[in-house]
Amino acid sequence: MRHTISLTVENKFGVLARVAGLFSGRGYNIESLSVAETLDPLLSKMTIVTSGEDKIIEQIIKQLNKLINTIKVTDLTVTDHVEREMVLVKVSASGESRTEVLRLVDIFRGKIVDVSPDTFVIELTGDEGKIQAVLSLLTPLGVKDIVRTGKVAMQRTIQQKKSQKTE
Amino acid sequence: MKMSGAKIFVESLRKEGVDTIFGYPGGVVLYIYDELYRGGVRHILVRHEQGAAHMADGYARATGKVGVALVTSGPGATNTVTGIATAYMDSIPIVVFTGQVSTNLVGNDAFQEADIVGITRSCTKHNFLIKNVRDMARTIKEAFYIARTGRPGPVVVDIPKDVTIDTAEFSYPDAIDLPGYKPTYEGHTGQIKRAIDMILASKKPVIYTGGGIISSGAAKDLLTFTELLNAPITNTLMGLGGVPGDHPLFMGMLGMHGTYAANMAVTHTDMLIAIGARFDDRVTGDINEFAPDANIVHIDIDPTSISKNVEVDIPIVGSAKQVLAEMNRLLKGDKRLKAFHRQLSDWKALIRKWQEAYPLTYKKTGKLKPQFVIEKLYEITRGDAIITTEVGQNQMWTAQFYKFRKPRTFVTSGGLGTMGYGFPAAIGAKIAVPDATVIDVAGDGSIQMNIQELATAVQYKVNVIVAILNNNYLGMVRQWQSLFYGKRYSHTHMSYKPDFVKLAEAYGAKGYTVDREKDVIPTFREALRSKLPVLIDFHVEEEEDVYPIVPAGASLKKMLLA
Ligand SMILES: Cc1ncc(C[n+]2csc(CCOP(=O)(O)OP(=O)(O)O)c2C)c(N)n1
Ligand SMILES: [Mg+2]
Repeated sequence: MRHTISLTVENKFGVLARVAGLFSGRGYNIESLSVAETLDPLLSKMTIVTSGEDKIIEQIIKQLNKLINTIKVTDLTVTDHVEREMVLVKVSASGESRTEVLRLVDIFRGKIVDVSPDTFVIELTGDEGKIQAVLSLLTPLGVKDIVRTGKVAMQRTIQQKKSQKTE
Repeated sequence: MKMSGAKIFVESLRKEGVDTIFGYPGGVVLYIYDELYRGGVRHILVRHEQGAAHMADGYARATGKVGVALVTSGPGATNTVTGIATAYMDSIPIVVFTGQVSTNLVGNDAFQEADIVGITRSCTKHNFLIKNVRDMARTIKEAFYIARTGRPGPVVVDIPKDVTIDTAEFSYPDAIDLPGYKPTYEGHTGQIKRAIDMILASKKPVIYTGGGIISSGAAKDLLTFTELLNAPITNTLMGLGGVPGDHPLFMGMLGMHGTYAANMAVTHTDMLIAIGARFDDRVTGDINEFAPDANIVHIDIDPTSISKNVEVDIPIVGSAKQVLAEMNRLLKGDKRLKAFHRQLSDWKALIRKWQEAYPLTYKKTGKLKPQFVIEKLYEITRGDAIITTEVGQNQMWTAQFYKFRKPRTFVTSGGLGTMGYGFPAAIGAKIAVPDATVIDVAGDGSIQMNIQELATAVQYKVNVIVAILNNNYLGMVRQWQSLFYGKRYSHTHMSYKPDFVKLAEAYGAKGYTVDREKDVIPTFREALRSKLPVLIDFHVEEEEDVYPIVPAGASLKKMLLA
């Protein structure tokens, strides 16, 4: 099963390499990883999307906790949380399809961030379902390139699910 | 007071109470060596940096203190990698200081530059690159702290040359501030109580312990625990010496070359009590058939070790010592113990039957047997010695036929299985415990991997004894070829070998050859009296095999017995 893990680490050089090395060295897969400084500049936060059986996920969380630079690991999948990802999509847009693209961008509250005579670059933000939906609608129109940030995620302040946060 | 980085380095080692370091100089550590010239810390000049890392490791295993190595950048640093990985796999606290090219050259493929922090990331508990002299003292403090606390392990500290020249105010920090590192020592009380309930309800318990007993200093607590329960116990290779090898409840080692009784007992147990052991594949064999009917309590300081290979019923994260002490406290005076002891009698009778049916043994053929050499070594030292080993058959026969009676007397590369480990480790151990008798049981293959350290031993008068079980083969590999590859001895016969006696003499050590049983004890006696390091070349039966053996990946009950 797919898990979204939020990881707070010390903001020091080499920490990303330790995290990435842990996944590659032990044969865990990373679907996406995003990282940036937090409000406290001494810390950074990573959002890692990974998948595996429960036993593997348990090991991943324990192994992440074991890193000396790790401050906190939370498996967001077992909590109420919000997830967002941003994608930039370059689509062919000439003639009639130009209006069709514009219409889709409008419906999904995207933005056109670059224009050429026969392409648009669209900026889209949303959860996985929305991104998937837009991409599948754009594909027949001719998607030339996409770049995704990977997920970022945050726990909701009010938890409905019983949260089973790890330490 | 302002000091150079080099001086801060030496002062910091002194603050850590380091008495000896094992090292080898080179360009980027010259300022540090210049500082060492003034004294302050004893430095042992090794002959290969791998030797330095293993000596630091042997020093650590023999004492529990952090072992220290110092080497130059590039090839000096990369030469320590095998030693670091060896310590990592066996959770041994060492700190390896590597020189690095100056900070302005880092990343430029400078002369003798190697990204040792990158290279050792996956075989250290943690590693550091010191970029500024102001971080030197704090980093060294953290390195020692990380190495020796929690589940111990090796730490690498990479020090660029300019950092050893730059100056800073020296003050050694009192406190550690590592927000992400807080090892758990005390076990959860509720879990401990639940574990005791589960244990006391069992009928066929087995205690299975590993290196965690040694590293946490829990041997006494383990003995109390074992005797309180009056339950059979087995050790992993790393756990030997954790319980007296001649104790009536001790079944010997388990696993691939474990005893019949120990392997049968873990196969049939209904209650496996695992302490400071990690269910390694060399121990479990086919994991699905390992203790298949048992409830499992697992006590370990490292949460990642728990439920990694087998599902456990009651996990307890904590140090073996503290958890056992707490269990003992609760067990003493527990009214259920009497009934528990009574219901163990059938189980113990069954184990006794297994022990009597298939004890560790070997066939006498008239030729000198390697097992015989180990038996005599035990007889003559009465278990009062530090025994190191190389890797292969020599290691397994030592584990089987020497009865380790105390912790920190068996020093062997378990997890990595590093040939060439035993001899430098013996030197490190002897330097750490000068009064101890220290013997490296070697193979004729392994000893040639770090033979150059004979020079170190002679130079510093480190009078260790090397007992080579010379079978003319890479014996353990030959044994597998014999059993599982149709006796096709591909590249395991060593048709050319040095004259070990002359080799010892060339280094200024003493050499002996023994090929008859009756010379074994007298030669050991002479070696023990020697004022020089001694190498004894025992010409043993060439194609002797280690039994029992569980074929790789097979169930423990599928042991081959002879
Ligand atoms: C550095 C290293 N290389 C290779 C091996 C694989 N290996 C394991 S045992 C062994 C044979 C060791 O031969 P020897 O030292 O003569 O010991 P014996 O088994 O004959 O007692 C080999 C090659 C190893 N463990 N370590
Ligand atoms: Mg051999």
